[in-house]
Amino acid sequence: MIRTISLGIASIALLGLAAVWIPKWLLFPATMAASHGIVTLGIVLMMRSGVVSFGQGMVFATGAYCAALLAKHAGVDEALLLVPAGGLASALVALPFAPLLARYRAIFFAMLTLSLSMVLYGVLVKTETLGGSDGFNIARPKIFGLELSAEMANLGMFWLSLATVGLLSIMIRIYFDSSRGLVALAIRENELRVEYLGSSVHQNIGIDFVVSAFLAGIGGALTGVTLGHIEPNFSYWTTSGELVFAAILAGHHSVGAVYIASFVLELVRSFSALYFPNTWQLALGLFLLIVIRFLPLGIGSLWTGKNKRGQTQ
Amino acid sequence: MSALLDTRGLHKSFGAVTAADNVSIVIHPNERVSLIGSNGAGKTTFANMVTGYLKPDAGTIEFLGQNITKLSPREVTKMGVARSFQIPQVFLQLTVLDNMLVALACSKGNLSATSASHRPETVDAADKLLERFVLLEYRDRTVVELPGGLRKLLDIAMALTGTPKLLLLDEPTSGVSIDEKFPMMDTVTAALEDERVSVLFVEHDMEIVQRYSKRAIAFYSGRVIADSSPDQVLADEQVQLYVTGRRK
Repeated sequence: MIRTISLGIASIALLGLAAVWIPKWLLFPATMAASHGIVTLGIVLMMRSGVVSFGQGMVFATGAYCAALLAKHAGVDEALLLVPAGGLASALVALPFAPLLARYRAIFFAMLTLSLSMVLYGVLVKTETLGGSDGFNIARPKIFGLELSAEMANLGMFWLSLATVGLLSIMIRIYFDSSRGLVALAIRENELRVEYLGSSVHQNIGIDFVVSAFLAGIGGALTGVTLGHIEPNFSYWTTSGELVFAAILAGHHSVGAVYIASFVLELVRSFSALYFPNTWQLALGLFLLIVIRFLPLGIGSLWTGKNKRGQTQ
Repeated sequence: MSALLDTRGLHKSFGAVTAADNVSIVIHPNERVSLIGSNGAGKTTFANMVTGYLKPDAGTIEFLGQNITKLSPREVTKMGVARSFQIPQVFLQLTVLDNMLVALACSKGNLSATSASHRPETVDAADKLLERFVLLEYRDRTVVELPGGLRKLLDIAMALTGTPKLLLLDEPTSGVSIDEKFPMMDTVTAALEDERVSVLFVEHDMEIVQRYSKRAIAFYSGRVIADSSPDQVLADEQVQLYVTGRRK
């Protein structure tokens, strides 16, 4: 655990310092990669137990809307309050659905989560007080009570995202390495045996669902605050699909791979949108095909030595 | 001696097929009991009912005086009933050691989100069990690489992690070559020697039954047709007619 914490804090410090020297244009995609990456990490958390949520947009949007509503209507202008509030709101929204969803697997789990996210999308689009289909803007919040100038805003938001996401990722790595994390891999393989060993599979999957919702809420709040705008598309199925895309790209072995995948995805999205704006999904699809063909267990398998399906988990 | 397991009047049907018909069996502490019968006789159905996987249509199952008839497999396991499976239910893509660590974490109710799964004391406990089952040399191998006999042993070793009071072994030697059957049963018997556990095993090989059990229970068509010492059961006319097939 000490090694994980040391390595994590060193990586955060190094990336934080690097942000001062990297080209300014790179800060925004890096911030987006971090805030989307933490949502993807939640999906990876569930993938380890063998279930994939295709509706993570629901909890992503919940976090973003919670932070935005607090900023707009409750006058909260401190990012350090808005971001955890987003995470907590998403966990609370996910909580009542966890016992139901924990009973389903495979396509049924995926479709149920997708349907929940689309219900929320419909509600958000039709509710004028929540901004309707256009959403609404959020004023730039303070960080540690400090107002950020326009020049410092990108760097400030990157540091905030890096610190938040970095600390949560350290916790998730510790969770992956714990006995509960190991049992998740066992559940993925043989639920019946886990039950016969005396552990509740439903409870494990339910807890993972709520934890992943918390992470998605944090990611949603960070995204909303960074963009300065939230909209119903956060809950749309394509948003969830892109997050699943990043999770497949990363694989479920490495936390670092999740952020690399998320960053690569942001770059592909940015450059594709710039050079062939109407066909960037085509580039994304081809990219995923190549990854699935050559790295079926994701980018993380490059350094975990688990690069063949069925070789080892 | 008070009963460890007491089943009374168990009935179970699957459509027109009766898999258990008024099955009443009492198992005492530290017994070694074999369940014999032809395919479809109801042995595995009995094991599945005792371990909570199937609910009987009628009858009761008491374990240590408590009614466990309607409990789930997880709840039954927590009461002290463990089982291994005809097809080993192991985690094929995990290493042998990780299988044991999962078993230890689950059966001890020790699922922590913060403490490492490979703590020295846990690994040590896993290694000790692996050593008893002669699996220590395979501890870092992925289970998918192991032959069937070793998977069977691992399956049984995992079942023992919760220090059960009753252990059900569903055909522990099925799929194991003739040459390996006795060494495998010797390994299991030696590993269980110091355990205060009753063992109930489903078996088709009558030599195994005679050598490794003190009592045999014969099933036919969902009913118990004989319950005595292995020699007496195997000498029984009905058993010879319906189970061993020596007499026509």
